[in-house]
Amino acid sequence: MKSLRAFAYPYLVWMVVFIAVPLLMVVYFAFTDENGAFTLDHIANVGQYTNIFVRSIWLAIIATVICLIIAYPLAFLLSRMKKHHQGTMLMIVMLPMWMNFLLRTRAWVTILGNTGVINTILGFFGIDGVKMINTEGAVVLGMVYNYLPYMILPLYSVMVKIDKSVLEAADDLGCSFWGTLFRVVVPLSVPGITSGITMVFVPAISTFIISRMLGGGSNLLIGDLIEMQFLGNAYNPHLGAGISLVLMVIILLIMTIMNQFDPDDQVLI
Amino acid sequence: MRCKSFFEALTASALSVSLLCGCGAADSADGSETAESSETGEAYEQTLTVEDMDYYTRFKDDGLSINVYNWGEYISTGADEGTLNVNAEFTKLTGIKVNYTTYAANEDLYSKLKNGGASYDVIIPSDYMISKMIKEEMVQPIDLDNIPNFKYIMENFRNPAYDPENLYSVPYTWGTVGIIYNTTQIDLPEEEIDWDILWNEDYTDQILMFDNPRDAFAIAEIMQGFSINTEDPDQLVIAANRLKEQKSVVQAYVMDEIFDKMSSGDAWLAPYYAGDALTILEENEDLAFVVPKSGTNLFVDAMCIPVGAKQKEAAEMYINFMCEPDIAYANIDYICYSTPHSAAFEMLDEDVQTDPVSYPSDEYLEANTTVFVNLSDEANRQMQTLWTEMKSAEAENTNRWIVPVFLILCVAAMIGILIRRHIRNKKDIF
Repeated sequence: MKSLRAFAYPYLVWMVVFIAVPLLMVVYFAFTDENGAFTLDHIANVGQYTNIFVRSIWLAIIATVICLIIAYPLAFLLSRMKKHHQGTMLMIVMLPMWMNFLLRTRAWVTILGNTGVINTILGFFGIDGVKMINTEGAVVLGMVYNYLPYMILPLYSVMVKIDKSVLEAADDLGCSFWGTLFRVVVPLSVPGITSGITMVFVPAISTFIISRMLGGGSNLLIGDLIEMQFLGNAYNPHLGAGISLVLMVIILLIMTIMNQFDPDDQVLI
Repeated sequence: MRCKSFFEALTASALSVSLLCGCGAADSADGSETAESSETGEAYEQTLTVEDMDYYTRFKDDGLSINVYNWGEYISTGADEGTLNVNAEFTKLTGIKVNYTTYAANEDLYSKLKNGGASYDVIIPSDYMISKMIKEEMVQPIDLDNIPNFKYIMENFRNPAYDPENLYSVPYTWGTVGIIYNTTQIDLPEEEIDWDILWNEDYTDQILMFDNPRDAFAIAEIMQGFSINTEDPDQLVIAANRLKEQKSVVQAYVMDEIFDKMSSGDAWLAPYYAGDALTILEENEDLAFVVPKSGTNLFVDAMCIPVGAKQKEAAEMYINFMCEPDIAYANIDYICYSTPHSAAFEMLDEDVQTDPVSYPSDEYLEANTTVFVNLSDEANRQMQTLWTEMKSAEAENTNRWIVPVFLILCVAAMIGILIRRHIRNKKDIF
């Protein structure tokens, strides 16, 4: 075992250089002003963007819940299929991810636009001018569409390990359909649920391009705000770092709570 | 006037969209465009005439290369038949390789230079950004002795407000900001269209607006009769309130997406830069462009050499090359902006020379247009805060304590769960 440990050193170096150092730099920037003097102003100023924080968290939660509702039955069905069918189905789930992220999102602009595909079709039936693009709904749709595979995959990989005999036993012993679902399947798939939620919620809360393209620039999210500070016309890396830091703390807290539901040490069966 | 084809404009806007999308995406777009310089302009047979061959062949065998950072779709690339691939011509003439990359906004350029990690020899920022960069010592003086073609620059574009002694910049293009509108939806005579149409409730959800504070504030400031370079905090607040009023009728805040949305008919009204507007007009004949008579912003984009440029003399040679009459004409003919280059202007068709959109009369320019200058840090910061506030105005009255309270609740929940688990674990033992 000891000799194997040596293989981990390159990754250790990688972690220090590309994860720990940048994190420390974010912290440093957040607590200093242009002249490098210590200040709490930037953290205090984050308070004025409360509504953006609330909106981001709210939209990310909605998107995560929708993803979970769609992905859970899908992943379960997937895991109960014949082995070779599973491969094909998984491929179909993954297929959109082979395409460029921007292109995928861009396509929705054309679909949802005022003179876009859906409105043109609705136009034939005499319904016109349904406003879909540049709304919060469009932003949530973009999040769900782009991050759904990240929910399906962890759920699937956990569910595929649930032995068929466990389900049969529940059935045999007179457990109803809903009983089997909530007392057998759900508890066994909790690790998949938590990692799925993490993998959807975290990118959804910090996205900026989805809200830019589908939200019409008036549905500002935290990601947009941070981007404005670093690359946009605001150019205030210190404030940007302060916002990032607060966002990181929020995500960290939410994730810690999530992980409490993980039955890591308590074996349920 | 021959402009770039529809397809190219599509790719251009797709590219600029990806440029807009922040660091990761921008880098990849940059990378893909770098290859452009290696294409050769073989399709263009006409031999280029330059005045002083010796000047250009100085570095022929030195194997130099320069990094040029320009706006997207802002140079003649030879993609249309019969047009000139300017960068390839430069390489052919001088033996200096051109690494050509593009950006979508002055601010992208600024943050890229400010963050370091990239070295450019020639950049083409706009007026206010040039004065900001001069102030922050990010650009270096240009030796005009090395740029004999400066003599072609029109008198009224020399010694501009953003660079009073003309030490740092050589003008490349200029233009005005006006309104693009869809004539099938907006049946008004041109004279009746002024900035306030962008606030008109009859066109709710059909209006696009600039997604950058400087241009957006300028429009509101002109309507209020303020200077577009005002630093007065009260005037900025009034302008911001104007923009807030406008929010309910605006469909989206965009920049390059204006190309797509206007030509597809997705929106009816949008303010934009004259040169780009003419390109959009080529794509959809229902569109028209008007420069409001109540006044507008005159912008100048000029070539500069950033501090830290590795090949200053080669960069000056490139700038001089861009001022060669044939080259200046090829560029201006391709990108449809207005030129400050007297010889290139002479070569334009007469109907272009007298086109009131591209070349308004001197009296109009004198009376109704203003050039941006850099604002003070305080004014910039205030404008930025007001802008963010405006853009996120919907839920304005949310309490600023929500996030801290939320955080405390999270911590409490966490502790609660931990305690519960601890108790349960204890029970399990017995």
